[in-house]
Amino acid sequence: MSAAMLTVEGLSAWYGAARILYDLNFEVGRGEVVALMGRNGAGKSTTMKTIMGLIPQREGAVRFEGTDIARMRPFEIARLGLGFTPEDRRIFADLTVLENLDIGRQPPRQFPDGTPAPLWTPERLFALFPNLAEMPHRLGGRMSGGEQQMLTVARTLMGNPLLVLLDEPSEGVAPLIVEQMAATIVELKKTGLSILLSEQNIHFARLVADRVYVLEKGQIHWQGTMAQLADNLEVQRAYLTV
Amino acid sequence: MTLDSLLFQAINGLSSASGLFFIAVGLSLIFGVTRIINLAHGSLYMMGTYIAYSFATKIGGVIGFWGGILATAIIVGCIGALIEILLLRRIYRAPELFQLLATFALVLVFNDMTHWIWGSEDLLGPRAPGLAGSVELLGRRLPSYDLFLALAGPVVLLILHFTLKLTRFGRLIRAATQDREMVGALGVNQAVLFTSVFALGAALAGLGGALQVAREPATLATDLIALGDAFVVVVVGGMGSITGAYLAAVIIAEVKALCIGIGVVNLGGISVNFSKFTLVAEFLVMAIVLIVRPYGLLGKPQGAVRSIAEPEEPIRAATPMLKLLAAVVLGLLLFLPVLAQSSPYLMILGIDVLIAVIFATSLHFIMGPGGMHSFGHAAYFGLGAYGAALLVKWLAVPMGFALAAAPLVALAGALLFGWFAVRLSGVYLAMLTLAFAQIVWAAVFQWEGFTGGSNGVIGVWPKPPFNQGWAFFLLTLALATVAVLVLRRVLFAPFGYAMRAGRDSPLRAEAIGIDVKRIHWLAFAIAGCICGVAGGLFAFAKGSISPESIHVGRSIDGLVMVLLGGIQTLTGPIVGASVFALLQDTIMRQTEYWRALLGAVILVLVLAFPSGIVGAFSNLWRRWRGAS
Repeated sequence: MSAAMLTVEGLSAWYGAARILYDLNFEVGRGEVVALMGRNGAGKSTTMKTIMGLIPQREGAVRFEGTDIARMRPFEIARLGLGFTPEDRRIFADLTVLENLDIGRQPPRQFPDGTPAPLWTPERLFALFPNLAEMPHRLGGRMSGGEQQMLTVARTLMGNPLLVLLDEPSEGVAPLIVEQMAATIVELKKTGLSILLSEQNIHFARLVADRVYVLEKGQIHWQGTMAQLADNLEVQRAYLTV
Repeated sequence: MTLDSLLFQAINGLSSASGLFFIAVGLSLIFGVTRIINLAHGSLYMMGTYIAYSFATKIGGVIGFWGGILATAIIVGCIGALIEILLLRRIYRAPELFQLLATFALVLVFNDMTHWIWGSEDLLGPRAPGLAGSVELLGRRLPSYDLFLALAGPVVLLILHFTLKLTRFGRLIRAATQDREMVGALGVNQAVLFTSVFALGAALAGLGGALQVAREPATLATDLIALGDAFVVVVVGGMGSITGAYLAAVIIAEVKALCIGIGVVNLGGISVNFSKFTLVAEFLVMAIVLIVRPYGLLGKPQGAVRSIAEPEEPIRAATPMLKLLAAVVLGLLLFLPVLAQSSPYLMILGIDVLIAVIFATSLHFIMGPGGMHSFGHAAYFGLGAYGAALLVKWLAVPMGFALAAAPLVALAGALLFGWFAVRLSGVYLAMLTLAFAQIVWAAVFQWEGFTGGSNGVIGVWPKPPFNQGWAFFLLTLALATVAVLVLRRVLFAPFGYAMRAGRDSPLRAEAIGIDVKRIHWLAFAIAGCICGVAGGLFAFAKGSISPESIHVGRSIDGLVMVLLGGIQTLTGPIVGASVFALLQDTIMRQTEYWRALLGAVILVLVLAFPSGIVGAFSNLWRRWRGAS
């Protein structure tokens, strides 16, 4: 594992008076795919939103490429090269596929060591997601769940991110698309992209993730490599299976 | 009337439609992206006319006129940007109501500022160089400037349409209208986007106002009239749709033009003057559209708004201490007439305060626990006041009868308007209630034969013994106490629970069998009815009633009272009304520019005490108790 790109220390978050996250500590290394796993309501999405600056009540340190982003606003965080694809996709329904991609567009970016980050264009994204290439002018609101899921990932990639927070990409899409999505993530990893993935589905996570943190009630209960989790039926039963 | 004159009026209507469109479209764009209803939009329009007037008269000529119009649009756009940067940016996370109040404070400030700069006289600009003449159309002469205006609307519509469609700025506006948080998470600086959208909307309003300079005089009353019209257009056309805004502007302007065109007609022996029905016609168009399409002709239902404000605190029954305090205050008030023997003015002030208390408490009833932010509560005050005064004037009924009739008249109005209002929520409801209040005001103002027009109704004096200050004070005190107790009782009855359930979660409330619309409609009617009591008392207390005292300013006074006291407590409106009435009496009379002062007070309030006076005190109290 190379040096950490994203480091989270003592992260807590609240919705009103309700505390959701308790003192989380974890990191994502460069080029790594790390999965946050846990059942519904474990705090996976909240963790991602908190990192992204979308939950106002938060505490703790979040460092991205050495910059403290814990008090930054979402657009500033995005401009540092941290991409976010929300679980509910949040496609702009009144905009076409191409227009949705345009909203996500950001200038080319470099890693701190000077190597250029992968540069994404609609053409390259259409090659990655052939389904989208068939409907460049379709309105976001007229797309299937799987197509929207691809579009939300593609829209985030248009910002040429260094690390992507990928919230439940397998949720509510057809099995065939889930497989495609896993293949895409492996593909993206090869380009040097780091990914923090949230996932309930261990079969999906096994296909893509290097390491895993298991969340339950807003706390990390287990951490290790994907292979270790795959062998550890006890942890799976305690925190993952329904 | 001939087909020719109809066509002539139709073109006239199109040129009015352009003006309506310019102001409504800016309002709509700004709301779409920032979720703020800019009540100061009418003021920007008004200032547009004044600024263009100065350019056209001070510089003059082609440059002064046409260049002035462009410069005006830019200047007003800059004013808009300043408003966004200095004020709105601080309150995007505040409750909707505070945002509305803050922009209304700007209305007050801008009106006095305009008054201070340009004076109170109406100012008519010069004719447009190059378009001063007229063209002959179907044997009639049509001012060429009107024709130009009629074309300006569609041209701007097309430019806006293609800007939204083809530029990145336009795409960002459309995306942010749908999900601004996501736009931010994709790396777009919302602050810049919001400022530029606000500037664009303001520039359009300024342009619209400036273009009127050769057609209509600049007057200080334009701000609220333009705002009311723009609301009707936006509600009819559908929020966020620029084509809808133009369509609605055309429909409303044409209906009005038609009414004027028809003029006086003999219907079965009765001559009816249709040109007096322009406001009624506007109302009818809006009513029909809202019944058929609640979100306007081309609007879409508002998606569930991601609530960022804190949830409302539950209301609590009065503690024994508070009850004791209330009893003591009531006892003191009963003795006030004894104290007042040396200063009779104390009674007048006391009556004013108590009327304000009834007014504010009834408004709070639908605003706080009902969640319906009415910006037109003055309508029911006016219906009560005029109901009582007109019964005295035309039928010479006794005071008791007139006072009893006041709430019934208000109730009837509240039942009618409320039926439409509860179909909408949030800012749509606020706009609709404001439009209704404008209509009541305008009806009173226009229907001179019945209501006395701008002179109002005079000679509505109470009969003995109530012509004595102390007796009328005690009567007002009794009615105010009953009103407050009745409203409290209703709030702690199952009806009150159902009302709050409907506010907090309409879907869940319906799922357990509550007819939310019906409950809210009845609540709206109850509030209107009680408010009518305040109106009736007011008419007798002053001995007269005029359109001025039921104008939109009174609705806003009510909102300020409620917010001053704090919306989440039941004592809030009582304290807020008392403080406001006393403040108005002491400070506001000291200066000619009391509007600007009031506006400044509201701005300070909104920025400094987001939970009102009572809220701030109870927070302090809780902290103190928590510490000890």
